[in-house]
Amino acid sequence: MLQKVYDWVDERLDITPLWRDVADHEVPEHVNPAHHFSAFVYCFGGLTFFITVIQILSGMFLAMYYAPDIVNAWESVYYLQNQVAFGVIVRGMHHWGASLVIVMMFLHTLRVFFQGAYKKPRELNWVVGVLIFGVMLGLGFTGYLLPWDMKAVFATKVGIQIAETIPVIGPIAKTFLSSGEIIGAQTLTRFFAIHVFFLPAALLALMGAHFIMIRKQGISGPL
Amino acid sequence: MSKEDISRRQFLNYTLTGVGGFMAAGVLMPMVRFAIDPVLAKEANQDMVAVTEVAKIGDEPKRFNFKIKQKDGWYESEVTLSAWVYKNGKGEINALSPVCKHLGCTIDWNTDPGHPNQFYCPCHGGRYTKDGTNVKGTPPLAPLDVYESKVKDGKLYLGKAKPRKGA
Repeated sequence: MLQKVYDWVDERLDITPLWRDVADHEVPEHVNPAHHFSAFVYCFGGLTFFITVIQILSGMFLAMYYAPDIVNAWESVYYLQNQVAFGVIVRGMHHWGASLVIVMMFLHTLRVFFQGAYKKPRELNWVVGVLIFGVMLGLGFTGYLLPWDMKAVFATKVGIQIAETIPVIGPIAKTFLSSGEIIGAQTLTRFFAIHVFFLPAALLALMGAHFIMIRKQGISGPL
Repeated sequence: MSKEDISRRQFLNYTLTGVGGFMAAGVLMPMVRFAIDPVLAKEANQDMVAVTEVAKIGDEPKRFNFKIKQKDGWYESEVTLSAWVYKNGKGEINALSPVCKHLGCTIDWNTDPGHPNQFYCPCHGGRYTKDGTNVKGTPPLAPLDVYESKVKDGKLYLGKAKPRKGA
């Protein structure tokens, strides 16, 4: 049955080459931990992607219960964590995954740095990678405010004060981030929008560019 | 190679699909259960609320408002409901829900001059007889819901509105 559906679509749209191209792409020996165990360092990029997928999925599900509003935000998080089945697990995945994704991304960056894999012709991919790093930190910063507890509010106050110390544009950055003078209702809705719409969109675009480039240039050779 | 043998490729396919499926299920199972929680949740109980004194109930349907405590996730509030209450020929108290069984508008008593002594829904002209039975040929396909009721110390208490079998 499934095979028939696949064949029907394939006959019309020729979809086989799309995935065969990925499936038949060989993993070079020096990157395969089955050949050299030390090659596990090449896994960190993929692990970053894997955790990012979990972050996106768990975030989509959390948004089913979360209310981005100062009156209800904390209550809705408390409710989804304590009253909804598996709420602790789903929120836990998003909470711990947020830290883990930074760790994995950092290890990936270290590997690329110490192997010199960023050198010509892969400089552009390094630049995109640094942009992804920035977007990830932005996701962490904006997501931290959303539970709207004491820790979240005061951490955001500190973060926005740090932004305020930027020369020249500091005060503008502060007003832009907090959406006015007060860190309150409008800051929360703004951070929510940035966290679930703007930064994920940027992240997907940058990751797409990252993957297309590595596929086009191939992974860097053995040391 | 005998017939029962599987090739190396097939073995790898099975193993990878199995392990991959297990991992995907481990990630997705909590999230799906999380999302469908309202579907599996037990229906909330609703306490019977005192609505009016029995002495105020007559033969003609009269609208009584009453307040119930409602819990909607993290949001708790007081909601005003209303009921059309009257005593039928046998002296029994009937409390009907004012929600039209067509598309949920609010019905009123005796407001359609063409059809006196009937419940009338202004949205699409649905009509019900005094006991809440839907009039054939009008949009509603079921009679009005009836509130669970009890009389205690001369007062009428109402609970949840329960649907009835179609006429």
